[in-house]
Amino acid sequence: MPLNEILDVLLGGAMVTIKIVIMALPLAALMAFAAGLMRLSEQPLLRGLAVIYMEFFRGTSALIQLYWIYFVLPLFGISIDAITAGVVALGLNIGAYGSEVVRGGLLSIDKGQTEAAIALNFTPRQRLWRILLPQALVGMMPPFGNLAIELVKATSLVSLITIADLTYRAKSLADMTLQVEQIFALVLVFYFLMAQVLTLGIRALEKRLGKGMQRGGLT
Amino acid sequence: MIEFNWDWAFAWEVLPLLLDACLVTLQATLFGSLLAIATGLILALLRRSRFKTLSYSAYWWMEFVRSTPLLVQIYFLYYVAPEWGLSLSPMMTGVIALGLHYGAYLSEVFRSGIDGVDRGQWEASIALNLSPYRTYRDVILPQALRSMIPASGNYIIAMFKETPQLSAITLLEMLQLAKIMGSENFRYLEPFTLVGLIYLVLSLVASAGVRQAERRFPKEGFTLS
Repeated sequence: MPLNEILDVLLGGAMVTIKIVIMALPLAALMAFAAGLMRLSEQPLLRGLAVIYMEFFRGTSALIQLYWIYFVLPLFGISIDAITAGVVALGLNIGAYGSEVVRGGLLSIDKGQTEAAIALNFTPRQRLWRILLPQALVGMMPPFGNLAIELVKATSLVSLITIADLTYRAKSLADMTLQVEQIFALVLVFYFLMAQVLTLGIRALEKRLGKGMQRGGLT
Repeated sequence: MIEFNWDWAFAWEVLPLLLDACLVTLQATLFGSLLAIATGLILALLRRSRFKTLSYSAYWWMEFVRSTPLLVQIYFLYYVAPEWGLSLSPMMTGVIALGLHYGAYLSEVFRSGIDGVDRGQWEASIALNLSPYRTYRDVILPQALRSMIPASGNYIIAMFKETPQLSAITLLEMLQLAKIMGSENFRYLEPFTLVGLIYLVLSLVASAGVRQAERRFPKEGFTLS
């Protein structure tokens, strides 16, 4: 099979991979912030729920979670298509890791900031949104970037529940054409490029969020 | 719609088989981590090398391995190695793939551990005329180890949790077995849930162990040999 045809098929697969990443990323971010904030809550019930969620999704394996959602949920009467199963499993998995980043980021903010916000009579919500989060976000960016790359890598697992993503197409092309060397090398390069683009994006975001943070000689 | 119910009899029937397959999983993790530690150490030392070519190649190797999926790396090894005249069993492929993948992660841990040792220790070793080998073995590594062990432990737990991917190249570990039993009996609930629980229990125990180790280690490092 000529190389340009192989490239065409793989590019189609890469689009599927990117689509899954784009759908799973917001879910992961939502879960990360929800669980991260819940763990810092004063309500023991909320804290407990967050810990159970986090330990459960970090302690079992991503592929097992994916299989469980795909094969077992239909038994509960919830039948979902493969793409949704993939997005939900990856989003919940990466979100569990992200919740630790959110918690750590918020805890790393100087206590004086909270005290000052209280002294200035900010409501707890204002304290979080206007004082703590804007500062914590800058520090959270590098680990979030790593998690985003973990997410891109983890999307390869959806190939095992028959979604025609990059990995799936590579595997079937390789089975068909036996040009294994070229195909798998190309696919590795594709994933590598996606990860590099993400890294650059996160770095730019970090710079933007960090604007003005260092001024005044404090930090 | 199939009525959802947990079948205890079936669960008891599959559990011992799954626990047997668990040994395969643990074996892959054990050999994978030994290889990862060796690779990680070599990469870390290469990255500290004075020769720019060596340190850059090590850096880009690490970056590349870390940003591509383990599953594709497993496929690459499994399908391409025979083309190069190397036929590897699924277990061998798995161990090599896990070892090289996590070696790239561990190299960062080792490198930051080594960099964390006070500069004065290097200077003192030079002043005492220690060879580079003895400097690493007797002075630097024992001190670096304290910060290296917890992080390495976490990566080894992460490796353990990625072993189900080896089912994709037909290694008969827990997940592969669970899948087979699921499709034979048209019941996926019990096998998949049990595999998940076994992973959960083992990784909770292992992370408690890592935390214990972290607490137990002396602050000042310890002697090798």
